[in-house]
Amino acid sequence: MNIENIKKEFPIFDDKIQNNDLVYLDSANSAQKPKMVVDRIYDFYTKEFSNVGRSVHYLAVAATNLYENTRSSVQKYINAKDRNEIVFTKGATEAINLVANTFGQKYLKEGDEVLITELEHHSNYVPWHFLRKSKKINIEFAEVNDDGEVTLESIEKKITNKTKIIGITHLSNVTGAILPVKEIVSLAHSKGIPVMVDGCQGAPHLKLDMQDLDCDFYAISGHKMYGPTGIGILYAKKQWLEELPPYQGGGGMIGEVKKKGISYGNLPNKYEAGTMATAQVIAFNESIKFLEKIGIENIEKHEKDLLNYAIQVLKKNNSINIIGNPKKKGGVISFTVEGIHPHDLATILDEDGVAIRAGHHCCQILHDKLGLSATARASFGVYNSKDDIDQLNESLNKCKKIFNLK
Amino acid sequence: MNLKELYQEIILDHGKNPRNLRRTENFNKDAKGHNPLCGDKVHVYLKLNENKKVEDISFEGQGCAISMASASIMTDLVKGKEEFEVKEIVNDFLDMIKEKDQLNSNILNEDDKTKLMCLSGVKQYPMRVKCATLSWHTLTTAIEKSQEEINTESV
Repeated sequence: MNIENIKKEFPIFDDKIQNNDLVYLDSANSAQKPKMVVDRIYDFYTKEFSNVGRSVHYLAVAATNLYENTRSSVQKYINAKDRNEIVFTKGATEAINLVANTFGQKYLKEGDEVLITELEHHSNYVPWHFLRKSKKINIEFAEVNDDGEVTLESIEKKITNKTKIIGITHLSNVTGAILPVKEIVSLAHSKGIPVMVDGCQGAPHLKLDMQDLDCDFYAISGHKMYGPTGIGILYAKKQWLEELPPYQGGGGMIGEVKKKGISYGNLPNKYEAGTMATAQVIAFNESIKFLEKIGIENIEKHEKDLLNYAIQVLKKNNSINIIGNPKKKGGVISFTVEGIHPHDLATILDEDGVAIRAGHHCCQILHDKLGLSATARASFGVYNSKDDIDQLNESLNKCKKIFNLK
Repeated sequence: MNLKELYQEIILDHGKNPRNLRRTENFNKDAKGHNPLCGDKVHVYLKLNENKKVEDISFEGQGCAISMASASIMTDLVKGKEEFEVKEIVNDFLDMIKEKDQLNSNILNEDDKTKLMCLSGVKQYPMRVKCATLSWHTLTTAIEKSQEEINTESV
């Protein structure tokens, strides 16, 4: 895979950012967009725009077909059994809220337990917290170990006869740990517990196979997969989508509406109320094509190589402390530098065009556990190269110089 | 942009060795501040005497060099001042950090003003202004005790 050619597909790298070549190491936050995705949005709005699923005129039919094409592409990409198992949302956050809200409404009662992990970002905690308030359920946290992993055993330890659903991340956005999702699902299912996987970080970087994973729900963020903002996907087994109540009410999700009662639409319309993010959904098809063109196996390998190189380079730097050491790790490195706060690092790095994230990365539970209020994080995408890692290291040395550290 | 302006020696010094980083014994005013975006936290303690003069001021917390230095310099400057003077200094600082080119209050002497102006480099970094202002907003809250905890998103 020629990284230079891939980088050329991303217009953001064409121009200098504040007089610097952009070294973008914040893809776990949001990935940059290839031209084909950006162009698709422009073309749709300028040549093909109409609302979907309602009118019968030419543009409406064409737009509906394009919109539904993305559903089929996603189904194929994640190997879901049925295209009606793909629900479009405004993001992974909404997908998780949808599950927590509807599942909670229908199945949870006082004293029930939802099991999540200490690695979860706020999107996979706060929606369950709402149920703690409204339904008086309890939230249990499977513990993270010293390597920054959550193991099958730590999940097993927290399962009780009150556990009603398990919510786990596929890949930690802080330590990079890849969880043994398949094994967790199998364990949970043996006890009759459904599993929701937060795939925010998993989907852009790992091969997805819903039928193989066998999870009940999988939440995907479009903008982290080189797609537009405003689009996410909830994969859910058909049985759940049929059993659970609708999430939002409005046009598009109904069957028949009478003064005395309302029936809901068929799948997946039941969960897609109102005018959806049409252009984004249609453009997201291009993101899938982009990923398929490179091949997820190639992406995994490329990011693994980068990760190993980055760990090797940063470990040589004595003042850098890498957070966690998971055996299976994705392209995310969180770290601290002795004597310099992550925000100061981020500001100084930015001056060299190196974009990282500093803070708690929406994972305050984990940071509390680590005893840190903030960490710095470099995360990789298809467009990164070893040069980017070298620049990161050079700029980190510059930080030390400014802070008069050796 | 100029990093040297932001990370001047005095900022680095106060950031590394913050003055008054402790908890005042027998404090009679205090407030907590929090920046939910980055997780920075500060707790300001004040001891006002019967004449409403700041007998002691201190803070606890953790944060970046900018926020630690700002809190440190702040505590240094307001110690010994009267409550109304503290309010004027805070407002003057916040005005300077947000829009004005200089400090206008006559309460501070030139040396103190120079010290405080070292924080003005942060103006070029809009995302970091909150780091510099957190402890100052928290001090105001401590004096007025209008809210339990302030956070940078509500000011």
